[in-house]
Amino acid sequence: MGAYAVFWREMVILKRRFLRVLGLYTVSPLLFLIAFGWGMGRSLNVEGVGYMTFMVPGLIALSSMSQSFSIAMDINIARFYWMTFEEFQSAPVSSLSIVLGEVLSGMVKGMLAAIMIFVLALCFGAELRVNGGFFLFICLNTLMFASAAVITSMVVKSHADQASFNGFFILPMSFLCGTFFPLSRLPEWAYFTAKVLPLTHASACIRAAALGRDVPLVSLGIMVFYSVLFFSGAVICVKKASI
Amino acid sequence: MTSIIRIERLVKEYGSITAIDCLDLTVTEGEIFGFLGPNGAGKTTTCRILTTLTKPTSGRAFISGYDVVDDPVKAKGGMGIVPQYLNVDGELTAYENLKLHGMLYGMDRGTRNRRIKKLLDFVELTDRASSLVSIFSGGMKRRLMIARALLHEPKVLFLDECTVGLDAQTRRRIWGLIRRINQEGATVFLTTHYIEEAEVLCHRVGIIDYGKLIAVDTPKRLLNQTGDFVVETLDNDGGQVRFFQDREDAAQFAASSDRDVTMRKSNLEDVFIRLTGRRVSE
Repeated sequence: MGAYAVFWREMVILKRRFLRVLGLYTVSPLLFLIAFGWGMGRSLNVEGVGYMTFMVPGLIALSSMSQSFSIAMDINIARFYWMTFEEFQSAPVSSLSIVLGEVLSGMVKGMLAAIMIFVLALCFGAELRVNGGFFLFICLNTLMFASAAVITSMVVKSHADQASFNGFFILPMSFLCGTFFPLSRLPEWAYFTAKVLPLTHASACIRAAALGRDVPLVSLGIMVFYSVLFFSGAVICVKKASI
Repeated sequence: MTSIIRIERLVKEYGSITAIDCLDLTVTEGEIFGFLGPNGAGKTTTCRILTTLTKPTSGRAFISGYDVVDDPVKAKGGMGIVPQYLNVDGELTAYENLKLHGMLYGMDRGTRNRRIKKLLDFVELTDRASSLVSIFSGGMKRRLMIARALLHEPKVLFLDECTVGLDAQTRRRIWGLIRRINQEGATVFLTTHYIEEAEVLCHRVGIIDYGKLIAVDTPKRLLNQTGDFVVETLDNDGGQVRFFQDREDAAQFAASSDRDVTMRKSNLEDVFIRLTGRRVSE
């Protein structure tokens, strides 16, 4: 019940802002699709497919990461500005319930962003396959980053710290993790760095599923590992932030 | 009488600063207990420890027999909290705020809706149930916070400086609510630095200064120990205060003084001055 209450609150707010949120989820990917998909990559072929078809799974990985991670700022504001997060902390609910509710809401936001891009991409002529794996990997991606968002929102002490974290970790990941170009084009040091980062493996799995290729099982394993690690870390951090 | 709050040798340190210094206190069921002291005395820190929002450095605290550190979920189940800052959710309506609270406390839908209706009526916000809280005034938000804290019928209600920043009329309205809450059976633990608030509302008052509890008793006994009458002498250094048990003695002293004097009944501020040499507001 506690987890559902936390989730319910986020969904009420999401419903209230729905049109605005849809607009937000659409504008940025649309710009990427126009600039990179149409503008730069119209005649390009990458890994045997058109650039638009190559890029869209990466864009889905990127956007679902950004939107699921965006709950970090919401929680941060609820903790330090509105103090409304204390309502959860002072209620007789476990840290696990709080994390579960928040992470589920982040997953819904990430999934919604992914669906918006998918629909847009079809309009732009991308050739993608929809299957269970495709949605499973997006789910895992949003689970990873929504959990990471809860951790950062518990660890940072201000809005400025939260913004810095986004600048140092999320933004570089957005461009270097096989989202817009294959990792093989990176210099060796950057390649190995990117291999450690979770978005790299999300991009690889989502792309493989969307293009009907074999799923890289190592990447899938790494995603599961990060999901468990971040979710457990989130529960510990929320517990520490309370008593 | 059964104790509902028990604090044993509680200490809270922030680095080299001791916010709570070996506090022992018991609050019995059904009383309105006031924690009086100046800003920074340790009232809010004590309240946050009791409400499981801050971990003590050492010592123990129990709510309804549950240790707030070892058994926080059970301890939280029997308490309602009104913090000093306005933390109702501005993105939800008044009704949604209460519904969320009821869900967090595991209330079934029927009970929850019945209590929400009753409490919105109690705090006179029924006609604003569907309004977003972000447009509420400070007093309305405070009333909603009180309704929220009462929704799950807590045994003990923590009110941390709950009337700070409110106008006199709204403050008195909230005092009326607190009395009614207490009459309906809830124990109230109230922190305040408003002398009048402690005098008017509390059955017992604890006076805290620099993290130490320096006196606990009924307001009447605390005043008796200090002296029922006060003569304040005004001079260039800010003035002096003399305490008297009898009106006649006070009047005689006032009449014999060659400076400007004020004679009045003593209050809890005078108790604080006698105990610490300072004013609560300093």
